[in-house]
Amino acid sequence: MSILTGLVTQLLHLALILALAPVLTGCVRWLKARLMGRRGPHPLQPWRDLLKLVKKRPVLAENASIISRAAPYVAVGVALLAAALVPSFARGMLLAPFADLLLIAGLLALGRFAMALAGMDVGTSFGGLGATREMAFAALAEPALVLAALIFAILAGTTHLDVIIGIFQEGALGLRVSLGFAAVALLAVAVAENARIPVDNPATHLELTMVHEAMILEASGRHLALWDFQASFRLTLWLALLAAVFLPFGMAAPGAGPVAWVLGLGVFIAKMAALAFALAVFESAIAKMRLFRVPEFLGAALLLGLLGAVFLFVSTGLS
Amino acid sequence: MSFGQLPYDLAHLFGGAVLLLSFVLLYQRRISAVINAFATQGALLALAAAWQGYVQGAMGLYVTAAIAFGAKAVLIPLALHRLVRRFNLQRGVDPALGIGASMIAGVAFAGFALLVVLPATAGQRALAREDLALALSVVLLGGLMMITRRNLISQVIGLLSLENGLILAAVGVAGMPLVMELSTAALVLMLAVIAGVFALQMGESFQSLDTESLDTHRGEGE
Repeated sequence: MSILTGLVTQLLHLALILALAPVLTGCVRWLKARLMGRRGPHPLQPWRDLLKLVKKRPVLAENASIISRAAPYVAVGVALLAAALVPSFARGMLLAPFADLLLIAGLLALGRFAMALAGMDVGTSFGGLGATREMAFAALAEPALVLAALIFAILAGTTHLDVIIGIFQEGALGLRVSLGFAAVALLAVAVAENARIPVDNPATHLELTMVHEAMILEASGRHLALWDFQASFRLTLWLALLAAVFLPFGMAAPGAGPVAWVLGLGVFIAKMAALAFALAVFESAIAKMRLFRVPEFLGAALLLGLLGAVFLFVSTGLS
Repeated sequence: MSFGQLPYDLAHLFGGAVLLLSFVLLYQRRISAVINAFATQGALLALAAAWQGYVQGAMGLYVTAAIAFGAKAVLIPLALHRLVRRFNLQRGVDPALGIGASMIAGVAFAGFALLVVLPATAGQRALAREDLALALSVVLLGGLMMITRRNLISQVIGLLSLENGLILAAVGVAGMPLVMELSTAALVLMLAVIAGVFALQMGESFQSLDTESLDTHRGEGE
């Protein structure tokens, strides 16, 4: 029975992520446009773009190797797998035993690796430039994510996402300062990972500032659709992760029935909408930072994560 | 008296937020952003004091909160903004120590505060100890900011945020007499006035608020 409900929730979760991810991207774009006084494209526009692009043949450079062909599939597969691990409306999904925060961090790193390789493969200068920048940022963003995982691990005794969420749901831990630091650090990492303002501008092709777009500048047709798809998955994954860890209420418990799922689904969509709105407001309110300030920004996130971990270490060790 | 009880959790969280704002102060480069961060820290401090007043049932703490809000979140930032406009200091802060290095030093100081406070207060409530550690971290970060910034306004803000840490420690202790708080509040206002006069004098003499320009008059850096 529990395997069956696990399977059903997992399939529903996958379907939800697949359907929702591009809509979420579209919603953020639409909200941003509205906030800036434009009409903005329809929230379903990313879906329309994807359906159009999927039908088109990719145009590859003459010297493109197998990497250019394979990288989009690797990246989208990894992003989808990682998104499948982060619970949305119910805990206790079929893949829940594998939903380890470190595994998710590793999957994200693998996706980034594939993207950087694809950027460098045909040897254009922009691709290489974007890849180096992405890797330089990742060198600070990844440890910050791991430190946040460490904070959760000290508090909950495990890096297992499902268990962490369960413990946070009970609320026995209370509001901890370290959790606050971890939240700020994770928000900064999420902004950097999803190439949002102030780290990168997802809507620009201005060559001096772009990071994410520079790597996929060469992609076209089907491959471009896959890259866009994986970017949407990542955004959904990060928002779902933040919602699940820091706003864990409303999620259906393992083994709960369809009524709890529907309730959890409603709460999940409300949480995602709230986070998308917050992201749109944040992006509209601030300017993109200079490229050389990004390491400072991410370094601050890393240090906050470190501070939270030190706080927990010392206070649990000495009290 | 442990985690999971709302009054203590919230007090703890306010302390953490004040510490976070101390890091924001260290992180900012533009002088107006530093002043705004300082104002936010003052407002958070007022919230923390008011919450402690509510929890402890002490009316005096509401007075502290009101003073903290009025002076640190409104009056002093406004005055500093006027100073900045008057001397046209919209440019960067020009740190003597880089932002990254000062952030690392800040984290080291926070860890140091924990290492000092926790063994020294063994046997007390866990939360009171951590709150004290948070307050000491804010004090140390204020000192760090005074050391690592060349601009006079930033140094004044460092001093005032150091004092924020003292207030944060004081409001967490039950039974702190109001006289103490009033005298520290008066002290801060005096500090702000003296700093303002000093800044005006310095601005008129040197056309800048960079304390480096004082070095030659002390016989250094010839």
